Formats: sequence, structure tokens, C-alpha cells
Amino acid sequence: MVNAPLHIITLVKWVPDAQLERRYNAEGRIDRSEGVLSELDEYPLEAALQIKEAAPDREIRVSALTMGPAGASTAVKKALQIGADDAYQLTDDDLIGADIWATSVALKAAVETVTGAAEFDSGEPEYLVLTGMASEEGESGALPAQLAERLGAHVVTYATALDLESERLVVIRSGGTESQRVAVTMPAVVSVTDQVNDPRYPNFKAIMAAKKKPLTRFTLADIGLRREHVEPKVRVLTTAARPPRTAGEIITDEGDAGVKIVEFLAKERLL
Amino acid sequence: MSNVLVFFDELGEALTPAQKELIAQAAALGEVRIAVAAYDGDPTPVLAVNGVQEVYLPEVSLPAPEVAIVDLLETSVAESGAVVVLGSSTADANDALARLAVRLDTGLISGAASISADLVVTKSELAGSYTTTSQLVSAATPAQPLVVTFKPNNIDPQRVDTLVTDGEQPEVNVLPVRPSVGGVEIEERTAMEVSARPALAEARVVVAGGRGTDGDFTPLEELADELGAGLGASRAATDAGWIEHAAQVGQTGVTVSPQLYISAGISGAVHQRAGMQTAGTIVAINKDEDAQVFEIADFGVVGDLHEVIPQMIEELRRRKG
Ligand SMILES: Cc1cc2nc3c(=O)[nH]c(=O)nc-3n(C[C@H](O)[C@H](O)[C@H](O)COP(=O)(O)OP(=O)(O)OC[C@H]3O[C@@H](n4cnc5c(N)ncnc54)[C@H](O)[C@@H]3O)c2cc1C
Ligand SMILES: Nc1ncnc2c1ncn2[C@@H]1O[C@H](COP(=O)(O)O)[C@@H](O)[C@H]1O
Repeated sequence: MVNAPLHIITLVKWVPDAQLERRYNAEGRIDRSEGVLSELDEYPLEAALQIKEAAPDREIRVSALTMGPAGASTAVKKALQIGADDAYQLTDDDLIGADIWATSVALKAAVETVTGAAEFDSGEPEYLVLTGMASEEGESGALPAQLAERLGAHVVTYATALDLESERLVVIRSGGTESQRVAVTMPAVVSVTDQVNDPRYPNFKAIMAAKKKPLTRFTLADIGLRREHVEPKVRVLTTAARPPRTAGEIITDEGDAGVKIVEFLAKERLL
Repeated sequence: MSNVLVFFDELGEALTPAQKELIAQAAALGEVRIAVAAYDGDPTPVLAVNGVQEVYLPEVSLPAPEVAIVDLLETSVAESGAVVVLGSSTADANDALARLAVRLDTGLISGAASISADLVVTKSELAGSYTTTSQLVSAATPAQPLVVTFKPNNIDPQRVDTLVTDGEQPEVNVLPVRPSVGGVEIEERTAMEVSARPALAEARVVVAGGRGTDGDFTPLEELADELGAGLGASRAATDAGWIEHAAQVGQTGVTVSPQLYISAGISGAVHQRAGMQTAGTIVAINKDEDAQVFEIADFGVVGDLHEVIPQMIEELRRRKG
């Protein structure tokens, strides 16, 4: 039996660099004037490439999809350099201020547009959406489940290992108090953690090759949505920066630092 | 008084501190009703708590990631007429509540710290560098309940104990919800070892070690036990297999916010800081005076943890007499 082709869509988000100062703007939104491909979204991309490389006889395509402002093109371009076959970027001013609910509405329509348009040589493809465990700035971890619910797809979150078999994907994940081996059939949405693999770096050849790969840009209208479909359900009322932590007393051990720490803890009533 | 629905993805022989905290958050808003997905035997005695009116159960226990949990929640919302649904932000509960929010066509706020009587949610953002408040856009005329998931350890445990007290057994309502068939199949479950020490996310004191321990966590374990602390680690230490992955503190591990965090042999990379920088007091031991962790430490020792920690333990024991 020949296995059906597989279309893997990896979701990659363009986020403010966590190594730099991140802030909210006056409108109560995260300042997205600069950013990087979310580190946590390199793991689903690497997972997709490994699945593809492990099944040379099967027609597998890896697409990268992002939703974000114009600058988000750097995220999908980097995904192309790392190894995605093609890339899609959804940008629309009506998505500014999107909450989890609106993001999952838009990404559902985008995933359907991407899978609907793709043509495969060896038959009708199945699809698999791979995501990171959480957005680096929002950290809700809720998008995978919401997206699956909207797509009518199965969902497995926090995968730490993946193995594609002919008709299903076998996933190791850790639930709250146990580790589970779970088998899921397509279509599926699977989020992966930073335990799943070691993402590769693009080399010079891959960077050059990426320039020839297709990058498609969508607006909401292109994927059949209007502003009223993506009105957020949740609104931010206030944002307050916490005063940054400052260094306290730093001493160099002169043979009595253990005692000094205990004295400090006693003084602070922490014992 | 409004109805509040609380969701427990699993219920054991006693309420966990995080579950008690959720009941405390809920009880401040109205009459509490609890939906339980996975349980053994009769779960109601455990839920005999003042303020808890009713418990919703599926016909058979539904261990996550069972999809029918969302059906249970949807039916429980309809039965209870809840104006808000609260759960924990752990993976399985977050998944189920995220799907519920889609079904109800309502807003989800995840990782909350607290909620006010008018359903304004406060949470910590950007690794603890901001505090935000948010609410449903339709808060004035909500058509559907707000769905909120909470991080643990936002209410002092002693206060939780005064808020959550034994009460009468709640009414039990078994809902016509059964496991789903096909799609996602659990082939094997392996229970993770549960440490006898306080759970990391809920511990009031955390002792954490990194690459600087050189793989020997014994002094840290002893110190943790001396202080009644939870034991944590950096990713370098968990990746090396020196300690289980569940002990990892940081962006992709556990977020902790204890009264006291003692960091030993950890450089303080941004990923590590993301999980611990909202601790009340930070004490750091590192032999490199330029280690990043000293930028956020309230008390820092430039020194070798193999000397400093045994001395701390000795001094703590001496004081106890
Ligand atoms: C996507 C991603 C997610 C990550 N998530 C996390 C996370 O959740 N949590 C996390 O911790 N990391 C995480 N990391 C890794 C993080 O970036 C750091 O690499 C890691 O925290 C370093 O661990 P460490 O401080 O133990 O090791 P190192 O950075 O090697 O530091 C060891 C420290 O020990 C000190 N030391 C050595 N010997 C002694 C001694 N005898 N006495 C005292 N001090 C000594 C050294 O001076 C040094 O500062 C993540 C990385 C990535 C890419
Ligand atoms: N705007 C977006 N564009 C592309 N992928 C996204 C976006 N938002 C969330 N995701 C994906 O969903 C995962 C979980 O995000 P979240 O639920 O927001 O924490 C991320 O790691 C991404 O893979």
C-alpha cells in the first residue's frame, strides 16, 4: 500500500526577542516593532523536517505559516532557510490586538486555505499541524487546542517525541502526573516542547536555496474572513511594568558565607 | 449570587493545594459548582467543602486527554448557568478549557493570578515584568461565561486554609457524558515519580541547582529538607540527566514564585530567570562574580557551592539545636 501524501503545516510566530527588553505600548499591546522567529517554534519545524527526512518514499511537504505584522516575514523567511518547502504569511490591520480566540479563528481559515490550495502528485494528502508549546510572549499554550477544535482535528499537546507510522502519529507526552504514549490519526494538531529535538541551524547553501522558495502573503479577505470575524473577545484594561529587580548585597566567600546566608535569612524572617 | 464553575481534570484522595486555591478564588465570586473529569470511587467526600453546592461527574471517569471532557464542561456550564469557569493552567486543564471557550464562543484568559468580583482578571506577563488586567469585551452584557485558567500559588496557603473549610457533601449530578471513540488513543501510561518534597510550583521555598553542582544534588537535597523546600534545577542539569525533567525551573519548565529561591551553580540565563524572577527573595551562590544571576539576587555569595551549602546546613542545624 502506498501511503497518502502528508502536508505538514508548522506554525511559526514572530515575537519580540526575549533577550532584549520587552514592553507594552500605550494601547495596552505588546510592542511588536521588532522581533525574531520564536525560539520555541524552531522545534515544530525541526520535527517536521525530521519526519519528512525519515520517510523518503512518502510525498511530504513542509509549509511554514505565520500570522503577524509585516515584519513577521522574517520569521517565515528564516523557516524557509531552516528547511520549510514553502511559506505563508497572514497580515492584516484588523488582526492588531487579536486575542487567543481571534488568533485561532484566523489561523483556522489560513490552515484551510493553505491545505486547500496545495497540489500533490501521489494522491489526496492528509494534513498535520505542528506548533510550538507556547508563544514566547503570550505563553497561553491555548492556540493548539483552540485551532484543533475549530478544524475538527485531533489534538495532542506537549509532545516530547514523535514517530510517524503509516496511518498515525505516535507521540510521547507528559500529562500532569504521568508520561503517556498516545497514537493520533490525521488530521491532527500537535504541539511540541523543547525536549523533542535539537533544532538545526541554516547553512549557507540552505540560505541561498531559500531565496527561490515560494512565500505567499494573505490578507483576511484572501482567506475569506472580515473584520467582524476576528473581533477579540478579551480586552486588556491596564498594563503596569513591575519595577525591575535590582542586585542586593553580594559578598565573596571568606570561609563563612554559609553562616552569613543563614544570618540573612533569619534577619529577613525567612526561616 | 452568581454561579461559578470550577474544573478539576483529576481528583485524588485529597484536594491539592492548587485545587484548594481554585475553590478559594471561586468562592469569592459566588456559589461554587465543580466539574470533575477523572476520579476513582466516590469523589464527593473530598469535595465536602463550604460553599461547594454541586458536583458534576461524567458517567465514567474521563482521564485527559480524553476529548469528551469538553462535552462534560459544556454540559456543566449549561446545567450550572455559570458566569465564569475557572481551572488550572496545567496542560490538560488548559487544553480542555481552551476548547470549551471555542464551543461557547467566548473569551479565554490563561495563566491568571486573580479575579475580581466584577470578573476583571489580573495576570503577570512577559516573564513577570508586567502586571495586566483584562476582561471580556462584552463584560457589561455577557452572553457566555468567561473562561479563566490560573497559575498556582497566588494566595497564601494559610489564608487558603481559612477560606476553604470542611462543609456538607455537595449534591452530585451525573451527566450523560461518555468517553469518545477513536482519534486519540492512549497506548501506555507511566506514572511519574512523585517527590516527597513540596511540589515545586506550590512550594514556599525552592532550592535549585545547575551545572555548577557537577551532577551531585545531595547537598541541595539536604538543604531543601532542612528548609522544607521544593527542589528545582536548571535545564543544563535536567538535560544532563542529573535530576528529573519535572524539576526544571524556567521558561519551558515550571514557573515558581516562592517566598525564597536559593539558586546554586546556576548562571541565570534569561530562560531560567523567566521561571523564578518573581520570587520574594532570591539568594544566589555562584563562583563567577560576573554571573547574570547576581543582577537579580537579594543576597549573593561569590563562592563554591560545595563549601557554602554544607556550611549552611550545619548552621541551620546548629540553630535548631
Ligand atoms: C528554548 C530554550 C528553553 C530553555 N528553557 C530553560 C528553562 O526553562 N530553564 C533553564 O534553566 N534553562 C533553560 N534553557 C537553557 C538556558 O538558556 C541555559 O542554558 C541554562 O539555564 C544554563 O544552566 P546552568 O545555569 O545550570 O548552566 P551554565 O550556564 O553552564 O552555568 C553554570 C554556572 O555554575 C557556576 N558554577 C560552576 N561551578 C560552581 C561551583 N562549584 N560553585 C558555584 N557555582 C559554580 C558557573 O560559574 C556558572 O555560572 C533554555 C534554552 C532554550 C534554547
Ligand atoms: N500569530 C501566530 N502565528 C503563527 N503561529 C502562532 C501564532 N500564535 C500562536 N502560534 C502557534 O501556537 C503555538 C502556541 O501559542 P500560544 O497558544 O499563543 O501560546 C506557538 O508556539 C505557535 O506555534
